[in-house]
Amino acid sequence: MAIKAEHELHKRRFSRNLGVGLALAGFVALMFALSVVKINSVGPVQGFDHAVRPELSEAAK
Amino acid sequence: MTDATVITRDDQGEAGFGDYFALLKPRVMSLVVFTALVGLLVAPAPVHPVVAVASILFIALGAGASGALNMWWDADIDAVMQRTARRPVPAGRVAAQEALAIGLALSGLAVVMLALAANLLAAGLLAFTIFFYAVVYTMWLKRSTPQNIVIGGAAGAFPPMIGWAVATGGVSAESVLMFALIFMWTPPHFWALALFMKSDYHAARVPMLTVTHGRRATRRHILAYTALLVLVSLGLGVTQIGGPVYLTLALLLNALFLRGVWTLWRRNEAAAEADGYRAEKRVFRFSLSYLFLHFGALLAEATLRSFGVGGW
Repeated sequence: MAIKAEHELHKRRFSRNLGVGLALAGFVALMFALSVVKINSVGPVQGFDHAVRPELSEAAK
Repeated sequence: MTDATVITRDDQGEAGFGDYFALLKPRVMSLVVFTALVGLLVAPAPVHPVVAVASILFIALGAGASGALNMWWDADIDAVMQRTARRPVPAGRVAAQEALAIGLALSGLAVVMLALAANLLAAGLLAFTIFFYAVVYTMWLKRSTPQNIVIGGAAGAFPPMIGWAVATGGVSAESVLMFALIFMWTPPHFWALALFMKSDYHAARVPMLTVTHGRRATRRHILAYTALLVLVSLGLGVTQIGGPVYLTLALLLNALFLRGVWTLWRRNEAAAEADGYRAEKRVFRFSLSYLFLHFGALLAEATLRSFGVGGW
């Protein structure tokens, strides 16, 4: 039997690799969207970033 | 020139993506997605669309994972039954240990991700559902008691409760009644199937009620559970998530279902065999529409409420 470039086995491997790849890409996209929503749901967040912010002091609260 | 010969290896373990997807029982998963989505949408608490989509995906993934665990454990009986012999594990396309690994990995992923996306209660309910289906039903009840699908049906009944928990973070009478609707629906649905697939279960030595107690007793049980199902279905109609649209449709569906089940109860085996179990097959098919339309009506009520016209 001559060697064939494409075997049915290769097609199955390709479908598996493609499926796993797309599932992982979808998962990453979902995680990103979920992170954005979760962070935004907390509202504006301010923290110490080496600049003087009087509104963050205890006295201002 | 020498002609080279390729020795093709055994194809076992070279499954395509479709075979792995089939491990997750996509048809069961579609019912889980639908009922969980309804549970989430009818709840009286808004959920961000991204959180809702992610939660439903993780609930579906958990359901799929329990399906893979079921296929790992039940490969021996799946191979015997005509209906299940072409599944990936008994057909030899996916190794049993691979199904186990996929089932365990996806279970862990689905539960942890649902906890992060929604809340701990929803994740806990999902974990319990997976445990109930894979261990209590598949490993324990399925091969030991004819009441297997009655108690095992609880696993399929949890998704709307999980959807509700995603939105509200709690459990309420409405979510318990949605659970009860699927729980009571499962026995008549599967026993109607068993009435015309008896030889399959018999060959696999699964103690279905038709095998252990005979078809006459099965017909009685179908009628009894349908009577309980009617009570739950109508009870759901007078709760906060019910309404005139739901109740009208529920009355019609229950009348039709009861009529079909009544026919089954009155028939004997000679009559059933004479027409090729036509009435049994009709009840089985109608039971699918029955459940789908009940949850569809709950969704319709929720949609109407958002326009200020639905509900009581």
